[in-house]
Amino acid sequence: MVNVLDRKLFRDLMRLKGQALTIALVVAVGVANYITLRSAWRALGDSRAAYYEQYRFADVFARLKRAPDSVADRVQDVRGVSSVYPRVVEEVLLPMVGLLTPAHGQIISLPAQGRPPMNDVLVKSGRFPESGRGNEVLIYEPFAKEHDLRPGSTVPAVLNGKLHELIVVGLALSPEYVFAIEPGGMASDDERFAPMWMSKSAMAAAFRMEGAFNDIVLRLEPGADEKAVLIAVDRILEPYGGLGAYGRDLQVSSSILDGEIAQIEAMVLFLPAVFLAVAAFLLNVVFSRMVTLQRGQIAVIKAIGYRNSTVGLHYLKMVCIIVVLGSVLGVGFGAWLADAMLDLYAGFFRLPMARGRLDLPVAINAVIASFVAAVLGIGFALHNAVTLPPAEAMRPPSPTRYRASPIERMPGLRRIRQSTMMVFREIWRRPLRTVLSSAGIAFALGIIILGRFGKDAHGPILDLQFGRQQREDISVNFTDEVEDRGLGYLAHLPGVDQVDGYRTTPVRFRSGPRWRDSILVGLPPDSHLRRLFTREFQPARIPHSGILITDVLADILEAQPGDIIEVDLKEGDRGTRQVRVSGTIDEAFGLQGYMQKRSLHELLREKPTINTALLRVDPGREAELQARLADIPTVQSIHRKRTLLEKFEEQTGRTMQVITLILTLFATAIAVAVVYNNARVSLSVRSRDLATLRVLGFTRAEVSAILLGEQAVQVFLGIPVGMVLGTWGARALLELQADPEQFRMPMLISSQTYAFSAVVVLAAAVLSALLVRRRLDTLDLVGVLKTRE
Amino acid sequence: MPEPNPQSERSAILAAHDVTKVYRMGDVDVHALRGVNVPLYEGELMVLLGPSGSGKSTLLNILGALDVPSSGRVLYRDEDIAAAGERELTEFRRDHVGFVFQFYNLVPSLTARENVALVTEITERPLDPSEALELVGLTDRMHHFPAQLSGGEQQRVAIARAVAKQPEILLCDEPTGALDFKTGIRVLEVIDEVNRSLGTTTAVITHHAPIASMADRVVSLSDGMVASDRSNEKKVSPADLTW
Repeated sequence: MVNVLDRKLFRDLMRLKGQALTIALVVAVGVANYITLRSAWRALGDSRAAYYEQYRFADVFARLKRAPDSVADRVQDVRGVSSVYPRVVEEVLLPMVGLLTPAHGQIISLPAQGRPPMNDVLVKSGRFPESGRGNEVLIYEPFAKEHDLRPGSTVPAVLNGKLHELIVVGLALSPEYVFAIEPGGMASDDERFAPMWMSKSAMAAAFRMEGAFNDIVLRLEPGADEKAVLIAVDRILEPYGGLGAYGRDLQVSSSILDGEIAQIEAMVLFLPAVFLAVAAFLLNVVFSRMVTLQRGQIAVIKAIGYRNSTVGLHYLKMVCIIVVLGSVLGVGFGAWLADAMLDLYAGFFRLPMARGRLDLPVAINAVIASFVAAVLGIGFALHNAVTLPPAEAMRPPSPTRYRASPIERMPGLRRIRQSTMMVFREIWRRPLRTVLSSAGIAFALGIIILGRFGKDAHGPILDLQFGRQQREDISVNFTDEVEDRGLGYLAHLPGVDQVDGYRTTPVRFRSGPRWRDSILVGLPPDSHLRRLFTREFQPARIPHSGILITDVLADILEAQPGDIIEVDLKEGDRGTRQVRVSGTIDEAFGLQGYMQKRSLHELLREKPTINTALLRVDPGREAELQARLADIPTVQSIHRKRTLLEKFEEQTGRTMQVITLILTLFATAIAVAVVYNNARVSLSVRSRDLATLRVLGFTRAEVSAILLGEQAVQVFLGIPVGMVLGTWGARALLELQADPEQFRMPMLISSQTYAFSAVVVLAAAVLSALLVRRRLDTLDLVGVLKTRE
Repeated sequence: MPEPNPQSERSAILAAHDVTKVYRMGDVDVHALRGVNVPLYEGELMVLLGPSGSGKSTLLNILGALDVPSSGRVLYRDEDIAAAGERELTEFRRDHVGFVFQFYNLVPSLTARENVALVTEITERPLDPSEALELVGLTDRMHHFPAQLSGGEQQRVAIARAVAKQPEILLCDEPTGALDFKTGIRVLEVIDEVNRSLGTTTAVITHHAPIASMADRVVSLSDGMVASDRSNEKKVSPADLTW
């Protein structure tokens, strides 16, 4: 049997259904947000930890030219190192059928016996290669899927200049390639990049690496000083062409995964908190009004003999129903969205993920947080209802005290219309409500900007990188340096319209105790196909002498233009050279330095050579050219710019659309709830005034303007604040997103994004206002006037 | 049937012709007005008398274009406002009618003067708000908010607001209903003063029979019909009323 108070509760809720529903939606979005982000965070974080542990992901990584196996024992003796695993790693071309340019492979050696002691391989299907069989490989599973490869398929590969047919014996993943991106690439490309694993003996034979290694990975003892280990390892490997050891923080796959997890972590509390705060505020607005309206009822209920606690519980139940409704919607939506988000991640991050179940503790936390927010929201109104003495409650509440608002005293505003004055006074009477409502609107708008701004920087960056900076159609990297006259040979290949070449060399930039490993690029003075631009899209020139370095590198080295820095070479005589910094450049990527090509040759004490060639190509003859290039033994990799660009756009474009859509919907929920609830309460408070005005001869439009004017002011105050908030948020997110030493996204928010966010918020506000206006049109003029306030 | 009134030779500014009003309350039809004929003559002060439930407020609301009749005609001069749309009704109220209610209905966020100005801003040839407040004797209270005024003062502000637009017709629904005797008399004096000095055609609803003595004409309603319609031989000044 439902008791009478519960019936009242049910009917009150039905009467408030629009308001209850909009608030429940905001709660739902908050809960869904928390569940989504928290689940994704936990799933990624836990999977990462388990995967790294189970497959023994290394702590330190180092590439070198070639060292005898005995050198590995010296590395093992470094203090803090628990184990080492020397390997052979080689880049190869994979001229796959159906690809215009060859795909790139990276072959990693497998020990003769047993599993790799570090960076183990997760075999998804098939088996490990057998030691005696030279052409068997494990291949990266996503690449295999793209090319329809399965155990038993063959893959063409150019090993050390010779074309081989490799037999796929298994499909695999590895903690080293959770995010597989080829060296120097910008986006992961499953179709064009394939890590592969082959027995050490087969690799040694193909690459002449018997008794030697060119890559070493290390596990550290707990509490080891990583920095000291890196220095010691570099010292040991230096004579063997060491390219600089680095930790997990600079391991590409690991750092990208870490960056993503850090970004989710930053939002996991912030976003849901915004939604719950808005819900709490709206509950406060709606319940304060309800308790005021129901003073008489509360008095009667108490006069009959109901306890204060019963009255309190009555209102608390009402809020609970709203929160439960919001939570049920939120948990369902959150579980779905978390799954969708992990699906999205599964397309980027290849690791075994614990999936498919709703993270129950996370859901429970979200629901508890919503209840706490709701109770805080209605606390004051509830306290008033509970403590109101019945006799006092029988009397009408004392009349509201109005004051002239300061805005009216401003010169020029003295003659404003009385109807406008009513709007100002209402705002002035409850300044906090105006501020909080505007804040709600501002957050909604800011959230839309956060969801969309990525797209803004995306276009110009691609245009800069692929349009103005890289002007070639195809770039070709060579396994070793090629003399400049090699360019003449390339120029005569079919379809080549223009050729440029440049020289890069790995170096360590040093200044006192500060250093960074990076590359030094030597560009010819008349380089047509490669130009330099700053992050602000200004063209830059390479000085005649000295070195131009990225400004972030200059900051790290604490070097100013005019200062001398040291450059440790990692090839040739591996000597240390002194170079004058002649300028800095704020590029979007990397920590590289630039010199005139001839200055770099002087530095390296070598003949004019190149290791990268850039080609401008006749599109009609591209296929023919590709085939000729793939036959050149010294070619290590071939990149087609258009393919890179398309891949990048495809990968980031779709993700961004989804994020924009979801965040826009979330923000709309806030905007609608804020405007609708405020307008409804305002209508309830002022229906008598408004009916009076209608009686006096004010039109519906004039009366609507008075009611909705207050909401309009809140929205218009919220819009610019939201733009500022969105801009701050975007900047903060940007800083989290990428390691500034690798990638510095320009802070760009287009006017379209600002306009879009404002339009969405305005449209949501207008829609909500129209819903309330409908009620205004049916205002009972006579009825309102007959009742005492 | 009551006798035809000798004043019917005079021109009626507003008149109800065979007006009926039926409300549906749940499953029951309530006949609030059953064929009422009441003219309102230019410049007169009419008192509409009747017990509660007699239909007098319904009639006043229909005359004031706050409501429309179920049947019959309401003529303002020669125009039938019973058939008018919502927009025309609003225009009619805006241009021609002033209202005074039992519960004042002032806007709490506006001062006395601003409440009056609310109306003067939307009408063609209004009085100055101060002038209107002077008429009701509230010059010294015009910057007070409603919450700072007594009931009688609030009602006088309401009257000032009603007359500030210089309406042709002033409709007062139980203007003294919420007031004590002395304050009520003061309010009636103001209404009488407006009727005489501005010549505003005035209708006052009341269930207090003694108030009828201050009228030019008294119409009594009973059970939705006109029970009597008579002229006062001798008008009594509100100050001399007793009850």
